[in-house]
Amino acid sequence: MNALNRKDLLDIKSLSPEEILLICDTAKYFKDVFTRDVKTVPVLRGKTVCTLFYEPSTRTRLSFELAAKMLSANTINVPVTTSSVVKGESLIDTVRTLEAMKADYIVMRHAASLAPHFLSKNIDGSVINGGDGYHAHPTQALLDTYSIIEKRGTLKGLHIGIIGDIKHSRVARSDLLVFKKLGAKVTLCGPSTLLPDEFEQYGVDMTYDFDELLPDLDVVNMLRIQRERQQGSLFPSIREYNLLYCLTEERFAKCRSDVIIMHPGPMNRGIEIDDAIADHPNSIINEQVTNGVAVRMAVFYLLAGGTPFKDEENQEA
Amino acid sequence: MRIVIKNGRLIDPASGTDDRLDVVLSGGRVEAIDRNIKGSAEDEVIDAEGSLVLPGLVDMHVHFREPGREDVETILGGSMVAAKSGFTSVCTMPNTTPVIDNQALVRFIIMEAAKGPINVFPSANITKGGKGEEISEMGELIKGGAVAFTDDGRPVMSSITMRRALEYSRMFGAPILSHAEDKSLADDGLMNEGLNSIRLGLKGIPREAEEVMIARDILLARLTKGKIHFCHVSSEGSVEIIRRGKNDKINVTCETAPHYFSLTDDEVEELMSMAKMNPPLRTESDRKGIIEGLRDGTIDVIATDHAPHSPNEKMQEIEYAPFGIIGLETSVPLIITELVRKNNFSYIQAFAKVTCNPAGILNLDRGVLKSGGHADVTIVNPERKIKVDEQFLLSKCKNTPFTGRELYGSIEYTICNGKIVYRRG
Repeated sequence: MNALNRKDLLDIKSLSPEEILLICDTAKYFKDVFTRDVKTVPVLRGKTVCTLFYEPSTRTRLSFELAAKMLSANTINVPVTTSSVVKGESLIDTVRTLEAMKADYIVMRHAASLAPHFLSKNIDGSVINGGDGYHAHPTQALLDTYSIIEKRGTLKGLHIGIIGDIKHSRVARSDLLVFKKLGAKVTLCGPSTLLPDEFEQYGVDMTYDFDELLPDLDVVNMLRIQRERQQGSLFPSIREYNLLYCLTEERFAKCRSDVIIMHPGPMNRGIEIDDAIADHPNSIINEQVTNGVAVRMAVFYLLAGGTPFKDEENQEA
Repeated sequence: MRIVIKNGRLIDPASGTDDRLDVVLSGGRVEAIDRNIKGSAEDEVIDAEGSLVLPGLVDMHVHFREPGREDVETILGGSMVAAKSGFTSVCTMPNTTPVIDNQALVRFIIMEAAKGPINVFPSANITKGGKGEEISEMGELIKGGAVAFTDDGRPVMSSITMRRALEYSRMFGAPILSHAEDKSLADDGLMNEGLNSIRLGLKGIPREAEEVMIARDILLARLTKGKIHFCHVSSEGSVEIIRRGKNDKINVTCETAPHYFSLTDDEVEELMSMAKMNPPLRTESDRKGIIEGLRDGTIDVIATDHAPHSPNEKMQEIEYAPFGIIGLETSVPLIITELVRKNNFSYIQAFAKVTCNPAGILNLDRGVLKSGGHADVTIVNPERKIKVDEQFLLSKCKNTPFTGRELYGSIEYTICNGKIVYRRG
C-alpha cells in the first residue's frame, strides 16, 4: 500500500483491509507528532478544510478541526442546523458556495443517510464523511480500530461485542464492517426492536442476552442510547433498558480481566454505562478521543496524496 | 380526410385479434378494419410494415400537477408527453393544489385538456379536501366528468370512511382507486424495508404497510359490494392477497407500474432520489411476483404513476427528495423489453394492460380497435430501439431511473379521435 488513491472518504465499505491498515500505521506516526511539544506539520499548508455539520456534534467536529490545524490547513466551520436546510439553501448550493471559496476538503456530518455520497457525485472537491444518518461514520470506525490495534497489535481472532441501539447506529454499521474486514469476530447485542434480523447479512453473531455474551468478549463497545427512541415504543423505559443492557459493575465483574471497554461518546453515564466502568483502567474511552485526532490527521494526509512514513517503529499490525 | 393504416400487425386485446389487417379512420371513428384496403389519392396512407397497430393506449394513473404546480407540469404539457408516448387516454390524479373535490375543478381539467391532443379523464377525491374524513359529493363530481375516486398519495386511513365511500360510489359504477398504505406502519420510511435499507441506514417501509391496507379494502369491498381498484401494487404479497380476493369473486382489480417489474431496491444506493417512489422498489422476489401477477391476470393494468418533480426537488438528499418518477415515455419500451422480450408475454397479453383493461375499469369506450369505435390508434415498432436521454425525453422534468438505458419499442404514430397527434420525427 503506497497511498490512498481516492478523492473522498465516504464509508468503510469501499476501503480494503490494506487501506485500513495504512491509515492506522499513518495515524501512529501522527499520534507521535501531536503528543510532542511542537504539534504542527506543514502537510496541508495553503489548503482549506471546511467543516459542515448539519447535526450537533462537539467531539467529531473539534477533532477534525484540530487535525486540520495541526497539519497547517486553514479551517473554517460552517454551523448549520437542520431547520435551515429545510427552509433555505439546498445542500448542493451550500457546498458549491464553499467550493467557489476554494475549499479543498469538505468534512460533513448530516442527519440524512447517503448525503455525503450524493454530494461527492455532484462536486469536484474532496468529501470526508463525518457521519451520515444511520449509515456510516468511517473515521469513528477507523479510530476504534486504531485504538484496539494500539492495545492488542491486531484485530485478528478478537471477539468484539457492539452493544445497544444497533438499528439506528452509524457507528455500529461502520465498526462491524471494519472489524470484520480485519478478521475479528463480531457479536451485536441489543433489544430485538433495535437489532433487526437483517444485520445477519454481515456475517456477524447476534444476541439479545448481554450477560451471556460478556464473559467471551475481548472488547466491549457500548453505544449511546437515544432517549427519544423510547417514545417510538422501541423499548418500554430507560429503566428497563438499563436493567438489561447497562454495563454495570456487576456485569463488568463477569468480563475477562484484560477486557477493553469502549464508547464512541457522548456517554449517558448511568444509563448504558456506569460511572465506575467508564472511568475504569480497562476503559479506553478518553484515548479514543486522542486517537481520533491522529486518525483524522492520517486521513487528511493520505487523501492529500501523502505516502507512508518509512519508520521502523511503524510495523504493520 | 381519411387515414388508412396499411401493412401493420393489428393487435386488439379486447377481441383477441392479432392479424395482418388494415384500418381506415374517418370522422373520428374507425370506418373499417379489413385485409388489403386500398386507399384513395386524398387519403393519408400510413405504411405500418413491421409495426404493431394498437388501440390508442390508456394510462389510468398520471399526475399532471395542474392546478397548483404548473412550473412542474401542466395538463396541456402532460398531454403532449402522453401523445408522444402512445397514450390517447389518461386518468389524472386529484392530488393537486387545490385537490379535485368539487365539480368546478373537474370541469377546469376537462376544459384545459380540450386544448390538448388526447383524452383526459379526471379522477376526483374520495374525501373532501383529501383529508380522509367526509366523502366528497360524488354524484356531482361524476356529472362534471370524473370517472373514478381516489385520495391518491394519501390513503383513507379510516375504515368507516372507506366503507362509506365504497357503498356510496357503487350507485355510480365508478371505481374507488385505493392508494393502499398504512401510514403509521410506513412510519415515514423512504425505501423498501429489508437488507438494503438496513445496509444504507435509510428508514424502511415494510411491504406489510401496503398489504394490510389491500387486505382491509378487499374485505370492505366484500362487505359493501363496492368496486375497488388498487393503485401501483408493488409486492408479491399484495398480488397474493388480490389473487385470493379475485378467487373469492370480490369486485377487485389492480394496477402495477413499469418500474415494479423492471427494478428492485438494489438500485437505490446508486440512483438515490431517482429511485425513490411510493410504494418503494421492492426485492427481486417481489419483482418476479409482479410479473407472475401480470401473467396470470391478477394484475389487470399497467399504469405509470407518472409523477414529474423539478430538478431542484430531486437534487437533494434522498431523505428530503419527494417520492415519484416520470413514467409515460418509458412505459411502452419497458412493456416490450421486460415483458414481451424477456418474459415471453404475447402482445395481446401485455397490451391488454394498457388498453381494454383500464378502459373497462373506468367505464370508458376507449382502448379497443373496432369498426365504429373511436379512432384512437397507436403504432409501435417493437424492434426499433430508443435510448432514454435528455434528447429523447420530452417531459419538462427528467426524473427517471431509466436514464441511459436502451430499450426496445418506439412509438411511430399516435392518432387520437382521428387526428395524428404524434409522428416520430
